[in-house]
Amino acid sequence: MNDTIAAVTTAMGAASVGIIRISGSEAGEIADKVFRSKKGRSLKDKKTYTITYGHVVDEEGKVVDEALALVMWGPHSFTGENVVELQCHGGMIILRKVLELVIRAGARLAEPGEFSKRAFLNGRLDLSQAEAIMDMINAMTEEGAQAAVSNLQGGLSNIIKEYRKQILEIMAYLEADIDFPEEDFTRLTPGELGLRISQIADGIHDLLQTFRSGRILREGLKTVLIGRPNVGKSSLLNALLKAKRAIVTDIPGTTRDVIEEYYNLGGIPLVLMDTAGIRETEDIVEKIGMEKTREAVEEADLILYVLDIVHGITEDDEAFIRRYPTDKIIVLANKIDLLKEELSEEKIKERVAPYRVHFVSAKEEIGLKELEEKIKSVFFENGFNLSDKILLNNVRHKEALERAKRALESAHRGVEDNLPSDFISIDLRSSWEHLGEITGETLEEDIIDQIFSQFCLGK
Amino acid sequence: MTYEAGSYDCIVVGAGHAGCEAALAAARMGCKTLLVTLNMDNIALMPCNPSIGGPAKGHLVREIDALGGEMGRNIDATYIQIRMLNTGKGPAVHALRAQADKYAYQRRMIYILQGQDNLDVKQLLVERILVSDDKRVEGIETNTGAIFRSPAVILCTGTYLRGKIIVGEVSYWGGPNNQHAAMNLSQNLRELGIELGRFKTGTPARVDRRSIDFSQMLVQPGDEKEHYFSFLTERGTGHNIPCYLAYTNENTHTVIRNNLHRSPLFSGVIEGTGPRYCPSIEDKVVRFADKERHQLFLEPEGIGTYEIYVQGMSSSLPEEVQMQFLRTIKGMENVEMMRTGYAIEYDYVVPTQLGLSLEMKHISGLFCAGQINGTSGYEEAAAQGLMAGINAALKVKGRSPLILKRSDAYIGVLVDDLVTKGTNEPYRMLTSRAEYRLILRQDNADLRLTEKGWEVGLVTAERYARFKQKKEQLEAEMKRLKETIVTPSHQELAKLLEERDSTPLRQGIYLYDLLKRTEITYQDLINVGLAAELPEDIKEQIDIQIKYEGYIAKQMSQVERFEKLENRVIPPDLDYYGIQGLSNEAKQKLASIRPTSVGQASRISGVSPADVSVLLIYLEQRRRQGGIDA
Repeated sequence: MNDTIAAVTTAMGAASVGIIRISGSEAGEIADKVFRSKKGRSLKDKKTYTITYGHVVDEEGKVVDEALALVMWGPHSFTGENVVELQCHGGMIILRKVLELVIRAGARLAEPGEFSKRAFLNGRLDLSQAEAIMDMINAMTEEGAQAAVSNLQGGLSNIIKEYRKQILEIMAYLEADIDFPEEDFTRLTPGELGLRISQIADGIHDLLQTFRSGRILREGLKTVLIGRPNVGKSSLLNALLKAKRAIVTDIPGTTRDVIEEYYNLGGIPLVLMDTAGIRETEDIVEKIGMEKTREAVEEADLILYVLDIVHGITEDDEAFIRRYPTDKIIVLANKIDLLKEELSEEKIKERVAPYRVHFVSAKEEIGLKELEEKIKSVFFENGFNLSDKILLNNVRHKEALERAKRALESAHRGVEDNLPSDFISIDLRSSWEHLGEITGETLEEDIIDQIFSQFCLGK
Repeated sequence: MTYEAGSYDCIVVGAGHAGCEAALAAARMGCKTLLVTLNMDNIALMPCNPSIGGPAKGHLVREIDALGGEMGRNIDATYIQIRMLNTGKGPAVHALRAQADKYAYQRRMIYILQGQDNLDVKQLLVERILVSDDKRVEGIETNTGAIFRSPAVILCTGTYLRGKIIVGEVSYWGGPNNQHAAMNLSQNLRELGIELGRFKTGTPARVDRRSIDFSQMLVQPGDEKEHYFSFLTERGTGHNIPCYLAYTNENTHTVIRNNLHRSPLFSGVIEGTGPRYCPSIEDKVVRFADKERHQLFLEPEGIGTYEIYVQGMSSSLPEEVQMQFLRTIKGMENVEMMRTGYAIEYDYVVPTQLGLSLEMKHISGLFCAGQINGTSGYEEAAAQGLMAGINAALKVKGRSPLILKRSDAYIGVLVDDLVTKGTNEPYRMLTSRAEYRLILRQDNADLRLTEKGWEVGLVTAERYARFKQKKEQLEAEMKRLKETIVTPSHQELAKLLEERDSTPLRQGIYLYDLLKRTEITYQDLINVGLAAELPEDIKEQIDIQIKYEGYIAKQMSQVERFEKLENRVIPPDLDYYGIQGLSNEAKQKLASIRPTSVGQASRISGVSPADVSVLLIYLEQRRRQGGIDA
């Protein structure tokens, strides 16, 4: 029996379709947790090699993306196991979100080369490919090890080690009491035990919070360009990128999808997302774009709300802006080159106070440098600090930390429910092992060493 | 001059706890067996503590019994006190421990051995193991020139190999309890290309019970309720003779500190590594200097003796210093020492040279079991002796060995740890070493192992029939509980639920689900007429299996996950150096340990998960190329 693994199998970036592959005995069950078919039927009941149209939904049933699900039951699949592939609309944010849902539903993030490895072991690849796979595993491991080393050079490794040490100390209390029940040493009271466990869980929780800062450095500050149709969002994007990527026309709604572009802003990576304009529409295709827009907005670290200064500020504009906190949004008054007397800069500022307003002209490239400065300032005002944060910036680390935290929470419940100490020890051991996945240490002798260094035991 | 003295299917060298089990197992499986000992009077000697069992060790004894070994029945017939430890914790760590009447224990074991069919017991000193040029064991040679021939020899020589006793500044060659050491056999083993290491252990003084004022101490009786190690025992000895708890104090520690310079441990006389779980009192005082007192247990060595074992006070300080510190203890002011505590150093066989069957990898037919393999403890020794005996017999019969997995038994953990990882101190079994602790309970040892003992031919028909009956009763009752619904209209149950503060029934519920409630036991179901009376062990089994179902299932799924690796066999002739992609460290370790499965390989230190992947792919590739079936 193999556990079920999942990963994004298309290159991360602005591909038009992104595929999440789930492989393993539970692939069907896990996919069913995140995918609702249009007709409400379970993927598990589908015949092999069928495609189903539906939606990826989160735990609350909220639609995350529309998707096609391709099922291939083992042994006739790429890996030889049960496989479900979710073809989503792409875009890093959506894919990442879908992947997270799949992992929360019970899959484990695949190791580098793991699909191929399973494929080979299950007889789905021929011999000539074996050598290549071995080389790949080695290369990946080396690369991974190097990445891990550089990741861990900072404070993360020390903090993880400290938590492991603390967990081991608690385990030593429980284990010494189990293996040496008659020995004379101070036991932890349930109160002390619960407190020590929850302190570590809280620490890990805080550490997980820093994932955002780490993620910004890794993936970029998610910045979304938004505004009513034809206010010049795409021109602005192009001006910023100095490359004509988005199609720019005067017909409202030509940008039908979220376009992601990467942009280096003085060392801070920026992901600029152009979106279909906010506007009620009958156009089905555009509606999909709109839904994506809303998601992109919700997920964004920063919103650049674009106004057409010629058309002024509408009530819709104001309503939209005021839905978000002031530190998440910058109002961009575009087409400053066409500014008319009756709508002065001051007036606009007053209308949207206390929100920040910045005046630009995409066409004439006015105010772009200043905009960069403004984005930076928002960025740093929001408490992001390059130097003093622990940079948890690896999804695998985050996943391991989340598992460790869940195990600690389970141990804590065990203490509260008065479970025998050997059961609590099971959860503590698994949290300790999950943390060990990050630092690469899983020596079994550790607990025994700890017991004997912590307590005076023996006849 | 040598002479031919006879031939056997199997020869066991040494009659301690390992040797006894090895000889009995081989003989009971139908092999003509010879058991040789330095001294017939010291068979099954307990040279250290007078007790058997405790956490993990008690588990081992139950497993030995479930497979058809003797230790469980022997202690059940000779204990002077028995206690279940850890009852406040989960069922997996409940642990049985007995205080033994050392002399009765020996007498019974000697009698069983001498009366065993197919078994000759002889007193003689083995000097040489005979090995052919093609590395097959052929027999043994004694100091009197007798040659006994056999295709299987099991070494169970304990701490006798180049044993050296140390008391303060005094040291001399000798085995435990002032016996002869086996000096020449060590050299012979080295000549056979076997790597030896050196360990150290120790034992405390024995004192005269008449010189102790027990009124100054805490009485430690056994349980009122009788328990037994063996699944066959129906009645115990009825004894419940107490032990006593006392404490060291500042004066004790001062005496020890003032004399540390005379301790061989600190002066460097002792070279061997000692066990951390069995530290000498001087070790404890130095390492845990801030501890104001250490506890000690006074344990009777038997019924017909005045000797008392002073547990917790193991020492190799000079005799007069031992006397002095013992007399600082409250209630022991006038204590008389009958035997002095000592440290013992001895050679052991580096156990990674053995395969999982406990057979030497490079000498066919030569098995090693017990303290010679670097372990410590009577139970650990007996467990290995049993497995070596079984596997030597199976080898002679041309059958494949019995290998217990880590998920089968503590014995499996013990053997796997020893031969896969080796040990850098005398190895003691601890429940913390077992990753599947919840499954390896002492209560289900028979359900886990008796079938296997039957298959190899060690379990008797009587034991097997009893086991079968228990298993069938258990399964039938579990089935009934899963199928039987009780309704809210059941008055007696309703009353019971109210008494126990348990949620009343709103609708029908399966009895099985009712038993998941912690406050309701199987006995309760009997009391309210929802179940029929069953033997104690079956009732206990039902409660445990139902109440801890969730946790047990979780652990079972872990076992299944690892099973795939455990079942992936590695051919013995694999050339690790020719595998592209393995790290150099992994190549060396794998080539030296020669694991039999990928699972075992993954536990070798220095073998990374990436190495395991490479190995899996290599084996698969080899299999498809039509090489040796992997």
